[in-house]
Amino acid sequence: MEHYKMGLTLKIWRQKNSQSKGHFATYKVEDISSEMSFLEMIDVLNERLIREGEDPVAFDHDCREGICGTCSMYINGRPHGPWHANTVCQLHMRAYKDGDSITIEPWRANAFPVIKDLIVDRSAFDRIIQAGGYISINTGNPVDANSLPVDKNLADASFAAAACIGCGACVAACKNSSAMLFVSAKVSHLALLPQGHPERKSRALNMVAQMDKEGFGGCTNTQACESVCPKEISMTNIAKLNSEFIFAGLSE
Amino acid sequence: MSLTGIFLITFLVVHVGINACIWANDGGQMFNLASHFMATTIVIRIIEVGLFAGLLLHIVQGLVVEFQNRAKRKIGYAVPMGNKGSKWYSRSMGLLGTLLLFFLVVHLKDFWVPSRFMDLPTTNYDGKEVANQYAELIRIFHNPVAVVIYILGCASLMYHLLHGFQSSFRTLGVPNGKYINLIRNFGFGFSVIISIAFAMMPISVFLDWVT
Ligand code: SF4
Ligand code: FES
Repeated sequence: MEHYKMGLTLKIWRQKNSQSKGHFATYKVEDISSEMSFLEMIDVLNERLIREGEDPVAFDHDCREGICGTCSMYINGRPHGPWHANTVCQLHMRAYKDGDSITIEPWRANAFPVIKDLIVDRSAFDRIIQAGGYISINTGNPVDANSLPVDKNLADASFAAAACIGCGACVAACKNSSAMLFVSAKVSHLALLPQGHPERKSRALNMVAQMDKEGFGGCTNTQACESVCPKEISMTNIAKLNSEFIFAGLSE
Repeated sequence: MSLTGIFLITFLVVHVGINACIWANDGGQMFNLASHFMATTIVIRIIEVGLFAGLLLHIVQGLVVEFQNRAKRKIGYAVPMGNKGSKWYSRSMGLLGTLLLFFLVVHLKDFWVPSRFMDLPTTNYDGKEVANQYAELIRIFHNPVAVVIYILGCASLMYHLLHGFQSSFRTLGVPNGKYINLIRNFGFGFSVIISIAFAMMPISVFLDWVT
């Protein structure tokens, strides 16, 4: 792909801390390489801001290769930017051209309060996991794999659900700020495997209860979450969570 | 929400079935007899109470869902996501539902109230006196304003169902990808066909396709 340079106008949400009000600030950046990643472009801006004695833009990032789920930017009206099945850190500047304007906002949801600039507090997800997203068994020594047969299709479905990186883009995209895609991925991932069976009822009930307590909205199946999920978690998991929840509710 | 929605959908099937009687082209006899049966059979009247209860519950649930969900994002986005990833009608169920409610008020005033609480002129089939709903229908649907309102009502219904039908089943936890495709396709066909069938009623009366 041909290499080119571009100048951009960035409109970025700046907010000092969780208490302050926040506003958009506009920055011009020049000489951005099409081969940079989106976060490197922000790094370039930040280096300049530091040189100029200004506060750099705070944003979450860690692995920068699409596996940790920390990066979180709502770019031009879409969580994680314009590319499909992609995290912000995997977005590259070749997605843009000279003269483009880019608006960058934090995830917006009451359950994800802004800590600073583009960083939001996603500990609500941790508390949902703590409510049941685990298996409480002593694994002991590894047993022979053949002693516990698992249907290949179920193993694949479970693996696909386990790919969720907990980034929160599903919440950011949802008009209801619902965390159902995330919770359903976690519930399906465990419920589909034999090791997850003993606790499947309490898991579904407790995780959903925690999700409601954290202030996420209810799912109305608009499918916006699925369209932005970097790991392509399927909405089928939401239906699975609903059935897990309904059966657990009726039989517990 | 999903259960009351599916319940209301079953009612639509009955309703469209009776509507279809106008195309018997028998001067409204079949339609009038069917309306008479619906109006006078005690079981139907009891179901009617259930229907209104279901409708009311659906409205209340809808309002609760809409407002609770809206409150979950106090600060919104400067650039809305819009249609990137979801259909406008799936995000507008509250609006479509409200339009349907307005339409329903007009519709009940046009047909249900007169048939229950007013003395409509009657007509006689083989010695059986029945209210002439058919004549009412012909009269009302010769007014172009009414026809437009009814077509808009049917359009709202179609979009409401396009999302609502499949969404209900997802909420009830039909998990298998195979079934969800079946439901989605069936729901799509159902929503479009039933809405067009309803809309054809005022249209065919207005254009004098029925006699
Ligand atoms: S379901 Fe997808 S969008 Fe939601 S947290 Fe997991 S990876 Fe992110
Ligand atoms: S920084 Fe780890 S997924 Fe983006």
